[in-house]
Amino acid sequence: MSESVFTQDPTAVEYIQHHLSNLTLGEGFWSVHADTLLVSWALGALLLWLGHTVGKRMTTDAEPSGLQNAIETVVEFVNDQVQSLFPRADPLIGPLALTIFLWVFAMNFMDMIPVDLLPLVAQWIGQNIFGVEAHHVPFRAVPTADLAVPFAMALVVFGLSIVYGVRKKGLGAYLKGFLVHPFGKYMAPFNIVMSLVEEIAKPLSLALRLFGNLFAGELVFMLIALTGFAWYMAPFQAALGWVWTVFHMLIIVIQAFIFMLLSVVYLALATSDDAH
Amino acid sequence: MNIFWTLVIEMISFGLFIYFFGKVLWKPLMQAMEARRRRISEGLAAAERGQRELEDSVNQAEERMAEARAEAHELLANAQRQANETLEKARADARSEGERIVSAARDEVDQAVSQAKDQLRREVGELAVEGAERILKREIDTKAHNDIIDDLVAGMR
Repeated sequence: MSESVFTQDPTAVEYIQHHLSNLTLGEGFWSVHADTLLVSWALGALLLWLGHTVGKRMTTDAEPSGLQNAIETVVEFVNDQVQSLFPRADPLIGPLALTIFLWVFAMNFMDMIPVDLLPLVAQWIGQNIFGVEAHHVPFRAVPTADLAVPFAMALVVFGLSIVYGVRKKGLGAYLKGFLVHPFGKYMAPFNIVMSLVEEIAKPLSLALRLFGNLFAGELVFMLIALTGFAWYMAPFQAALGWVWTVFHMLIIVIQAFIFMLLSVVYLALATSDDAH
Repeated sequence: MNIFWTLVIEMISFGLFIYFFGKVLWKPLMQAMEARRRRISEGLAAAERGQRELEDSVNQAEERMAEARAEAHELLANAQRQANETLEKARADARSEGERIVSAARDEVDQAVSQAKDQLRREVGELAVEGAERILKREIDTKAHNDIIDDLVAGMR
């Protein structure tokens, strides 16, 4: 790092604050997180391109090629999960579960890239192409560690579960569920509160679980990066980084899987015959 | 730091990604896997059919072999019987032929014996007549007494 990003070496607080700010375009209410959008779109597009590549030279022969085999394994895995929870054939659930699993996994995987690498690239581009001072170009590489992405997906799943519930039971029966569940019709006011809390807790916990895990993971990587304050810390830092990377590798897969599974479970609950 | 529009845009992006993932990844892969599943089950069914056909033809071949064996057996038995019959017939023919020859020879012998006897009698008769002639020293009309001699001959028989 010959051209230092900061005029002086940043303090630990400055370093972490810098890493936790989004590359924001626009002001106030109209601002958007450009880094989150960019990375999430790029990863989605990459997955679609991979799918397209596999789809183009797809074979139904007995031996699919390497990439097709890998993607088929994932698709089959997702399909197994979906079918065990959602026996009725539904054209939306499969693609939804697959998208969640692959996209969330890909976005989580950005945490595996060294924590300073993408921000440095972004700063270089900001400095040399847009002529912005590098210090003013923050960049967060992990979209799922930005509240917006987990909440966006959780809200879509939440909206879909309402649509499925209404479509399955009819609007009247669906709304009536809020009145009579869980304590019977004589406790209606209490039931409304309970049901609302229960319903809202679903997307909230879904989103916060993913966000919390990834945010914490990112933060730990930053703390490990901060341990490299002297040359004799290098082995210690490398060991810590390795251990946390291996551990986080598990977390990102598990979180992608949990998000997918719970989304399918919530949608299956919304269409189940008995009220929970 | 307001995430409202990021959230909205990501929701729309999520929806679009679901649509495109379904179109590009889910549907073709599901179809491919379904097609493979069908092909494999068809292959298994075909293998089973082949196995059954093989068993059928083996059974058929065995049946045919057993038939052929039985036929050969029958043919052999027939030939044996025929040979026996022929042999028996030849033996019987030979026996009857021999008997015929023997009886013919016996007849001939009998005939020769009776002829010889006749001749002997006649000669004896003639000798007797000649003797009597000589005894009586008179000529006896042979013609007149031939009847008597014949009677004598017939009586001697």
